[in-house]
Amino acid sequence: METNQKKDSQWKVWEVFVQSKTGASFTHCGSVHAPDKEMATQYARDLYTRRSEGRSIWVLPAEDIVATQPTEAASLFDPADDKIYRHPQFYKFPKGIHM
Amino acid sequence: METLEKKSVAEDPILEEAFMTRLLNGEKIEPKEWMPENYRKQLTRMMSQHAHSEVIGMQPEANWITRAPSLLRKVILLAKIQDEGGHGLYLYGSTETLGTDRSELIEQLHEGKAKYSSVFNYPTLNWADIGAIGWLVDGAAIVNQTMLAKTSYGPYSRAMLRICKEEGFHNRQGYDLMIAMMRGTKEQQEMAQDAMNRWWWPALMMFGPHDKNSSNTIELMKYRIKLESNDDLRQQFIDRTIPQAEIIGLTIPDPNLKFNKETGHYETSDINWDEFFNVIRGKGPCNKQRMHNHIQAHEEGKWVREAAEAYASKHKQL
Repeated sequence: METNQKKDSQWKVWEVFVQSKTGASFTHCGSVHAPDKEMATQYARDLYTRRSEGRSIWVLPAEDIVATQPTEAASLFDPADDKIYRHPQFYKFPKGIHM
Repeated sequence: METLEKKSVAEDPILEEAFMTRLLNGEKIEPKEWMPENYRKQLTRMMSQHAHSEVIGMQPEANWITRAPSLLRKVILLAKIQDEGGHGLYLYGSTETLGTDRSELIEQLHEGKAKYSSVFNYPTLNWADIGAIGWLVDGAAIVNQTMLAKTSYGPYSRAMLRICKEEGFHNRQGYDLMIAMMRGTKEQQEMAQDAMNRWWWPALMMFGPHDKNSSNTIELMKYRIKLESNDDLRQQFIDRTIPQAEIIGLTIPDPNLKFNKETGHYETSDINWDEFFNVIRGKGPCNKQRMHNHIQAHEEGKWVREAAEAYASKHKQL
């Protein structure tokens, strides 16, 4: 931060996740620039929930998010393709049986 | 443009081909995925221009906050202007995913390297202008943005979906204001017509030059950043707006306007493109003032940004 003293600060980027109603998942809805977590929360509220879109907000520094690279997709996700036995539809029963 | 295309094909023809196939399949492109350099460049240019337009667009409307004729109209106007600032922030955030910082985008605006929509260089001279902006300028923006919600770049598409929802309010409050004026005194009706006369043509210009003169359009459509051409979008806006004007007694300021029964479309006079390019080149009525205000607000806010950062870093140490 000290090295950036001369450059005009726009603060660091925080990713914003909003829960729209009780029981719902938190959904990513965008980002804000803020100097600390209190202001990040405040900005996220002002920016993403002006029309009662949320009941709870998560903010976290974008730099702390670990993401997989699209180029890794094949090695990460392809192994799941041939494991059809993981799905309930794989198992067929005689007519008349209700599960 | 051709040389750039060749260059990016030369960069990696296999990746480019796979990229174009994904676009044709209607897939969305996400920030960390491979994209041609020209795709990134065109998107950064277009999205930052869009973000700047939202923020500069707050100025003509802010001109009337203190003079709104009722408390209700005042809170509506404040909420609308706050939305515009929000739209700018969504769009800066989405543009940053392409690898350019917001501070750099704003620097480009201040140095005149980035543009914003020329429509915001016109002044708001009477209260009905606030109605005309919401109804016509935001109405034109909705036509454009509804198309952009289907754009090929994921973050841009998601920002547009959110923006489109909010623009509906902007558009309706504007038309509602125009109805109120047209139901008022003769003087109020004249104010509404005056606003209509001044905003109609700039609103039509918002869609940009004719397709045959728009070099960007071809490339933007190739990359499925834009899915419809300037002229097609403009025609949609004309066709849906004229009946709205007529039903409340406003006259379209175009002596050559006629409805073509065969095509089902309205036909207008040609746009004054000299005026359009003049305003783009910085010679519109308010270009200097808009940029001056933006730079001033940015500079005057600098100590606030620094103080908040100092406060944050001090509390981190404790």
